[in-house]
Amino acid sequence: MQPHKLPELVCPAGSLPALRAAVDHGADAVYFGYKNDTNARNFAGLNFDHKAMVEGIRYAHAKGKRVLMAINTFPQPGREADWHAAVDGAADLGADAVILADVGLLDYASRKHPQLRLHLSVQGSATSYEAVNFAQREFGVQRAVLPRVLTLAQVEQVIKNTTVEIEVFGFGSLCVMNEGRCWLSSYATGESPNTVGACSPAKFVKWEKARGQMSTRLNGILIDRYGDSEAAGYPTLCKGRFEVGGATYYALEEPTSLNVLEILPDIVKIGVAAIKVEGRQRSPTYVAQVTRTLRAALDELGRDIAHFAVKPAWQAELAKVSEGVQATLGAYNRPWR
Amino acid sequence: MTASASRSFTIPRFKLPGFVAAIGGRMPQWPHALALSTALNAAIKMKLLPQDSLELLEGRRFLVDVLDTGGHACFTYRGGIFRPLFMRIDAVDLAAFDLVFSANLSAFLQLIARQEDPDTLFFNRELSIEGDTELGLVVKNMLDAIDWPKLPHLPGFASSSH
Repeated sequence: MQPHKLPELVCPAGSLPALRAAVDHGADAVYFGYKNDTNARNFAGLNFDHKAMVEGIRYAHAKGKRVLMAINTFPQPGREADWHAAVDGAADLGADAVILADVGLLDYASRKHPQLRLHLSVQGSATSYEAVNFAQREFGVQRAVLPRVLTLAQVEQVIKNTTVEIEVFGFGSLCVMNEGRCWLSSYATGESPNTVGACSPAKFVKWEKARGQMSTRLNGILIDRYGDSEAAGYPTLCKGRFEVGGATYYALEEPTSLNVLEILPDIVKIGVAAIKVEGRQRSPTYVAQVTRTLRAALDELGRDIAHFAVKPAWQAELAKVSEGVQATLGAYNRPWR
Repeated sequence: MTASASRSFTIPRFKLPGFVAAIGGRMPQWPHALALSTALNAAIKMKLLPQDSLELLEGRRFLVDVLDTGGHACFTYRGGIFRPLFMRIDAVDLAAFDLVFSANLSAFLQLIARQEDPDTLFFNRELSIEGDTELGLVVKNMLDAIDWPKLPHLPGFASSSH
């Protein structure tokens, strides 16, 4: 007696062991990217070369799971061929879908590979059903990943007004969530996720330890200073503490993680098609920990949605791997409009 | 949860008493560096470490500092192999290294056993990374990407679910 279809659980993979961890611990789909700036987790030593992709896709497909390839940065002038090659590569490899943000690239993919399934990346920043329906009408996009700025009611409004599948974030580090439109990293370093595939690239980051404290600098800019017992966060401008009006505090966003376990039944009831886990930059261990927890929660919900209760063990496992000292529901339960 | 039951052996979070580091810090340090270099070279031989990442380590100097044992391992990567750096412990200067990892023994063991995620340990201030942050990322991602061959089940460590 299950009137609600369970959302697909989409998990991150920055390496082959992470992909296996996702598949083995209950992901329905895994997303990954090439070892270059065609995706927004372009970090040194991370991601897949061609050989690893072949093996990853073979492994996932053998277990009946899907593989989505993120090509979600914006082609840079004069280098469009690199992004086209990535889309062609995904089609050749037999990826189940590509996750794209740039309209030019969506256009290329829809013309060159009409059979290739297209997902609109969160970096595409479609926050309204009009934007989602535009991507469907123009490029045949079959799924859209919504930025984390919408309330649950707004997500529901989008779902009611489109036939495009809607994917939302379920767990992972939060930033200012203005995906695809954030200039903070560019402001500090000249490089951003949209242009080079990395927010606050590591070459600009310095951790400075002194007695009793650690300072974080991004391209020389002091963005935070931690006491020895204080939890640290990623070195991004949006999570820094700054002096504003005489007070020093998290002026933009606190280091925190999104965790939707509490509102999972609502997410299922409004018809969300897929739940995404953030963290291609994390290790296979993280992927295993988060995947098995969300799998357990979704399965429990599938058995009896009316009596679903969040288990303390799930929360404990997710709290452990979280960035920042707290997990939040992000914008989903924001009371103001 | 069924998945967590499949791990029959868990490394707890612990910190060795202060006297261990006091004694350990006075012991010769080269055996640590030699052991670590030998293990990493074995991983290269088994083709577990990707060549493109290894190239980025050429000529760089590394220090692994085990805080609560007082143990240090200083090593470098040159000409395709990891080599221990022999230096007097009182001459160890952080600025002489391109990358310094420091943590207590339990955190290093949890990392190696893939029981904890390095970012988790970093957020919780159990692992610190100083020096060239990008080089740190290369090393972290290289270790994460190691595709360990499946080991046969040893009786003592057999999963309870089988």
